[in-house]
Amino acid sequence: MAWVLRGLREGVVTTRYPRRPDDYGPGFKGSVSVLGAKAGSGGHSRTPARGDDSELAALCPTGAIEDRASGVALDRGRCILCGRCVAARPDIFAFEPSPEVAALHRNGLFVPEGHENDEEVERLRTELRSRVRSLRRSVHVRHVDAGSDGSEEWEVAALLNPIYDVQRLGIFFTASPRHADLLLVTGAGTEAMVGPLLTTYEAMPEPKVVLAAGTDATSGGLVHPSYALRGGISSILPVDVFVPGSPPSPFSLLHGILLAVGLLPEDGRR
Amino acid sequence: MSGRPVLLSVEAQDLAALVAGRVSDGERFGGLFASPRSDGSTMLRALLARHGVRELLEARLAPGSNSYPALTPLLAAASWYEREIHDLFGIEPVGHPRLEALVLPLGPEETWRPRPGAGQATNDVRRPLDDSALLSHVAGQGLFTIPYGPVRSGIFESVEYLVETFGEDIPYVQSRVHYKHRGIEGRFGELGLDDGLLLAERVEGTATVAHALAYCQALESLCSFEVPRCAGLARVLHAELERVACHLDSIARHCEGAGQSVAYARMTVHKERVQRLRAQLCGHRFGRGVVVPGGVSGPLRLAPAEVLRALGELERAVADDARSLMGTPSFLDRLRHTGVITPAAAAAHGALGPVGRGSGLAADVRSERPYGAYGVLGFEPAEPSSAGDALARQQVRLDEITSAFHVARQALDELGEGYDDSIWHIALPPVGGLGLGCVEAPQGELVYLVETRAGRLERVKQRSASFHNLALFPEAFGGDILTDFTFIEASFGLSLAGVSG
Repeated sequence: MAWVLRGLREGVVTTRYPRRPDDYGPGFKGSVSVLGAKAGSGGHSRTPARGDDSELAALCPTGAIEDRASGVALDRGRCILCGRCVAARPDIFAFEPSPEVAALHRNGLFVPEGHENDEEVERLRTELRSRVRSLRRSVHVRHVDAGSDGSEEWEVAALLNPIYDVQRLGIFFTASPRHADLLLVTGAGTEAMVGPLLTTYEAMPEPKVVLAAGTDATSGGLVHPSYALRGGISSILPVDVFVPGSPPSPFSLLHGILLAVGLLPEDGRR
Repeated sequence: MSGRPVLLSVEAQDLAALVAGRVSDGERFGGLFASPRSDGSTMLRALLARHGVRELLEARLAPGSNSYPALTPLLAAASWYEREIHDLFGIEPVGHPRLEALVLPLGPEETWRPRPGAGQATNDVRRPLDDSALLSHVAGQGLFTIPYGPVRSGIFESVEYLVETFGEDIPYVQSRVHYKHRGIEGRFGELGLDDGLLLAERVEGTATVAHALAYCQALESLCSFEVPRCAGLARVLHAELERVACHLDSIARHCEGAGQSVAYARMTVHKERVQRLRAQLCGHRFGRGVVVPGGVSGPLRLAPAEVLRALGELERAVADDARSLMGTPSFLDRLRHTGVITPAAAAAHGALGPVGRGSGLAADVRSERPYGAYGVLGFEPAEPSSAGDALARQQVRLDEITSAFHVARQALDELGEGYDDSIWHIALPPVGGLGLGCVEAPQGELVYLVETRAGRLERVKQRSASFHNLALFPEAFGGDILTDFTFIEASFGLSLAGVSG
């Protein structure tokens, strides 16, 4: 009985996200952006000057920075948020607090956004939307670790605490792949997990969706290349949604799951 | 204070007897590691601890000599280390009773070895997992094995437990940890010192600060370097908050297993708040990027007064819920006498961290070999318990949460106001050699042996407490049954990422 009162005492602690933005995270390292590349950023709308930029790519320990002829691009799917580029070149790179970093296409993780794949992304979006139509009211998630560092599991598990409380959105974690609609995979894809991962995937009924959670699952991150790793899970399974981050924060994961099942408010729910 | 390790060269033939003799004289066995040399020989190093002293017994295996007399027959705690070395280097401990693959999915016929530290490992090896060999430890009528994992019910890291049982009692549990093997040690050898730090932070993500600390201390020990005072204090603050988060995670898992939904919800809320406070302090929920060689990356992003207020609120809330939890009989009944590790078994194995302290071992690196600012703050470890059950380990964790809050507050008080222009880190002079870093991670003593030359990492060996303690796991199943499994696992509080490497 005492526990009942104890549970009620603090009132509602749950976030209103995604209906309202959550104000968590001043100074939080959500993702790295390339400055001056976005439209409407005041007087800084130039593409970063080239010349000394041959060293830019060398700044990144995971090779996420590409110094292209058209300007500097950063691959969030490789970025491990170490902040080395932000510290060295604050005129070009900056942390952005927004946790909404998931993308339906591997190329969608590049900033500034490329437009060469707009058609491809639209096709993926339409295909995914028709596939997940039946999952809009409720989606059951099966998590599999394919070689994470352990922090990803903490962030996935955090979705179940009262602050995120994803059950309120019809998102449930399930033990059996037979009940699962969405396969959430963490880790860089170890050789030894290829078999169990495929078995889990094959045991899931159609329609099914695969979400790669974290930079390691997206690209292998810093631990790749290694004799024991596949360098991300997209060489093992067809990935529908990529959520970069090292590890991805619970809000990033939640955004990724909602994106996967087409439940983001701006996605035009009804 | 961290200082270089004491090195003693011995013959490989004598290693087993020497180490076993030292352990029977009361020293603690801390691990056995291999390191390949460029001339084709291999160095075997046994770590021994007596209070604050860390000694490495070094035995050189000449090129082409791929065996030595095993330690395991004399010292059971060496078993996993010898299996790991056999997996990674193909060196055979002669006389090892069960030399099965541990960290690699190797079939018995496989001869390829990654040999981390010996230059580039071949990257294109794809071998099928050998699933046929489910060798049982115990034989008897009606005995069978339940393979549990690697995909388990819940949000867990991948591991397979082979539960050998008659149906209810569990005489033995084997852990198959190779599912998560990422080849971390091989990867270290391809990196420079800066990138090595980033990789250390990702070896065992839930103990990021501890790993970064141990890695940096190993580098700092090469040049007998003391970090600036403020940096030492900040390191303590971040490390203790990490401890609180890890212990709350373990306690929440107990609550979940016992069906204490409200307690589980409360503990996970506390844990989330700790993670958010850590993010406010440094910009990362797991404290990545805080510890750097020579100090910390910069000042706290919150004023000490604000941190103190947040800590005070958290401490009160956690203590309040913990008091209720420890007065809830239906919860305590699941933990009491569950998963007993006798003080004798713990001492023989040299159990680390809360597992050791729940079974009467007081050893704590923070007081034995004070690092950071633990010495300045006069850190005193909590009294160990000798009950050895899951409840004792939970009580140890609750006590450590209390002391972690206390130490964090002390560190903040010492930091005081107006620290903005303090020196937070000093560049280390480039010194090559073998460095040792020892840190009391939330899971127990974490060891880094780092060999550098010309600004590159030649070989990094990390030994997480999870690796050492998981080998003790089967000991905990004396009279326990299948439904106790959750509690025993949660009470060990391990991270598989640190075990598999």
